[in-house]
Amino acid sequence: MIGLMDFILPQASTSATQVDFLIELIFVIVGVWFILAEGVLFYLIFRFRKKEGVKAQYITGEKHEENKWVHIPHNLILVFDVIIIIFAIKIWYGVKQHLPAPDETIRVIGQQWAWTFVHPGKDKILGTDDDVAKVDELRLKVGTTYHFQLTSKDVLHSFSIPAFRLKQDAIPGRIITGWFKPTKTGEYDFQCAEICGIGHGIMQAKVFVENEADHNKWLEGQKEHIVLPDFFPAAPMNPTIAAAPN
Amino acid sequence: MSAHHEMSFWQKYVFSTDHKVIGMQYMFTGMIMALIGGYMSYAFRMQLAFPGHEVPLFGLVTFAKYSALSTNHGTIMIFWVAMPVLIAALGNFLIPLMIGCDDMVFPRVNRLSYQIFLLSAIILLISLALPGGGFGGAWTSYPPLSVEQQYNLTPYANFLWLLAVALEIVAFLLGGINFITTVMNARAPGMKMFDIPIVVWMIVIASILFMASVGPLVAGSVMLMMDQTIGTGFFDASRGGDPILWQHLFWFFGHPEVYVVLLPAMGIVAEIITTFSRKKMFGYKTVFYTTVATAIISFFVWAHHQFVAGIDPRMANIFTVTTMIISIPIAEMVFVYIATLWGGSIRLTTPMLFALSFLASFLMGGVTGIFLGATGADIFLHDTYFVIAHFHYTFFPIAIIAVFAAIYYWFPKMFGRMMNETLGQIHFWGTFISFNLIFLPLFYSGLAGTHRRIADYRGFPELYPHPNATEILPSQWAQDMQVIATYAMLVLIAFQIVFLVNFFWSLFKGKKAEANPWQANSLEWQAPSPPPHGNFPPDNMPTVYRGPYEYSVPGRELDYWPQNEPPAATA
Ligand SMILES: [Cu+2]
Ligand SMILES: [Cu+2]
Repeated sequence: MIGLMDFILPQASTSATQVDFLIELIFVIVGVWFILAEGVLFYLIFRFRKKEGVKAQYITGEKHEENKWVHIPHNLILVFDVIIIIFAIKIWYGVKQHLPAPDETIRVIGQQWAWTFVHPGKDKILGTDDDVAKVDELRLKVGTTYHFQLTSKDVLHSFSIPAFRLKQDAIPGRIITGWFKPTKTGEYDFQCAEICGIGHGIMQAKVFVENEADHNKWLEGQKEHIVLPDFFPAAPMNPTIAAAPN
Repeated sequence: MSAHHEMSFWQKYVFSTDHKVIGMQYMFTGMIMALIGGYMSYAFRMQLAFPGHEVPLFGLVTFAKYSALSTNHGTIMIFWVAMPVLIAALGNFLIPLMIGCDDMVFPRVNRLSYQIFLLSAIILLISLALPGGGFGGAWTSYPPLSVEQQYNLTPYANFLWLLAVALEIVAFLLGGINFITTVMNARAPGMKMFDIPIVVWMIVIASILFMASVGPLVAGSVMLMMDQTIGTGFFDASRGGDPILWQHLFWFFGHPEVYVVLLPAMGIVAEIITTFSRKKMFGYKTVFYTTVATAIISFFVWAHHQFVAGIDPRMANIFTVTTMIISIPIAEMVFVYIATLWGGSIRLTTPMLFALSFLASFLMGGVTGIFLGATGADIFLHDTYFVIAHFHYTFFPIAIIAVFAAIYYWFPKMFGRMMNETLGQIHFWGTFISFNLIFLPLFYSGLAGTHRRIADYRGFPELYPHPNATEILPSQWAQDMQVIATYAMLVLIAFQIVFLVNFFWSLFKGKKAEANPWQANSLEWQAPSPPPHGNFPPDNMPTVYRGPYEYSVPGRELDYWPQNEPPAATA
């Protein structure tokens, strides 16, 4: 909306644009309120400083014509709250609640203190023997809608790619499904965003968003394939709601 | 206790049941804990600005130490500073004086409350020194990390930390019972419900809120301790438990807790701005009703801390609505406070400066909360430095600025001497400016994607420029912000020396205070400074004729009108 967020940290997924729109909308609304309220506060402090011979007024604030100075802003806040709620829910629905059909599905497994990413391989199906597992390295193809199946082996972790404006905690014993769609090629940071012990700060990974040719070349070069960790169910999950408890 | 023999030092200051002494015990314990909590933030902020360097007066901040420092800083500042000072110290000192009675209704429960509190503080401090170091699983103590020693690597501290928090809660339950009962039963004759000073109402409502919200956390703590010690699996997914359950129990308490400490701070500010603008409170009843509304709504917002924690995403929609709604009564309360200044005769004394700066900074805390309460925006901002900056813009005004306002305001009553005004003003400006310079930059760090509880950002190219980089990206300014924040914190600490000097010098050498140096209305100012055991002369306990904010009443020569002055005595 005002380009602030994209300036600070480039938007690299479809949801990044959405989330940033909401942040900037709120920034404008509460920014105006904040400046107004501070302005009034400082004006009153300045205007009504003690002057010799001038006595303070006696105002109870309980008469209707006095009360309106509080009730009008009160009602205005209600209006702005409704606007923010509408956009917050709309964007939340699009990013977290609704799952668009995936082009590919990956698995993300957190453990103290590394991330394992399982790519489905050339057949694009997880659980087959051309799956590729990588530690702390996530390779993605630009413009592809990914589902992720997220879990943890030990404590809570959080799957967070700031450039995607994406975050979801990983919980042992649960598989949480979500989605994202990278829109910009490049290298991005991946931070664990939930305290997970003393190695929390080094639980970082790299995200590479590549064009189709580069991505396929990388996939060709992968010779080692893996057997799925046994805590995943044999059949891929297909929940209708992202992140719902299984 | 018989009054006619001299009490020994121990009876008078250590095992006293006098509400004023207990209040001071809480206050000094809270101040010592604040120094410890502040020292911890010094160590970890130095590590953030200059990662990997030895910190002077601390040493190397390893990952384990970093986690222990940040965890215990948060825990101490909330449970061992904000709670004891705002609720226990001020509640104990002020309530009997302000409602015009001689002591709490259960003085020995009161003493027990402090003793349990002291024990809890000692246990917490011991936990820092045991093998493995202090607990580092964050003040929220989420399982499984907080349960399993193989994961948290702090074999003693994870249990002792939890035990200390649980005992602290017990202490405040005892104190809360006392506050509520005293205010309901021991008010001076003539003091009706709406003649009670706002700060007293705020402490009472905060105590009710605390008692009503803490139950699930006590149950949860016991369950967590059992998971830790005797091998139950309440929060262990592999045995049918659920780690998310703890988060619900914790935040069901954790969010109302924000208001438990906010309300007394709002009460302090109400007393001070009316006194120093010589104004009646604008809409006393509005303040009362918005406080009750806030307290009630605060029970329905807790899951806004868990939007991305793995709760059903449909549930987030409900909590974003309730969270936005709670902004309305809080905003209304702030508007009422600002409106009170209209038509006043404002004196910018040190307590008034602190009280006004509370409003100015709390506004920032309030509006930035909207970003985090809006689900869509929280996906990104959750657990970033934006959150840190936001809640320090609420907690710092509450636990530091409002507390300084209260100390400067009631010091003459507490110790019978005045504090030095010039030193007070220097302390105010140094504190207020450096506080803003610490936390304003951190909003930026958060927006750039800096996440919390990470000891060293050198591994994140988006946030930390390569040593040989020729160009610095905007997101890498996040690190510059960390450096600015750390320098500002050093300045903030330096200015607290001014306060300590002023406090202790005034304690012994300050100008003697009259009973009512600010010409205020409420009853504590009608007692001698400092009030003797029993507060008021036994044959002359106060009777109340009017509300506490009758300043500048038309047709009256004096611009104040003490609550206990009989109407016949008016000119
Ligand atoms: Cu982590
Ligand atoms: Cu909350």
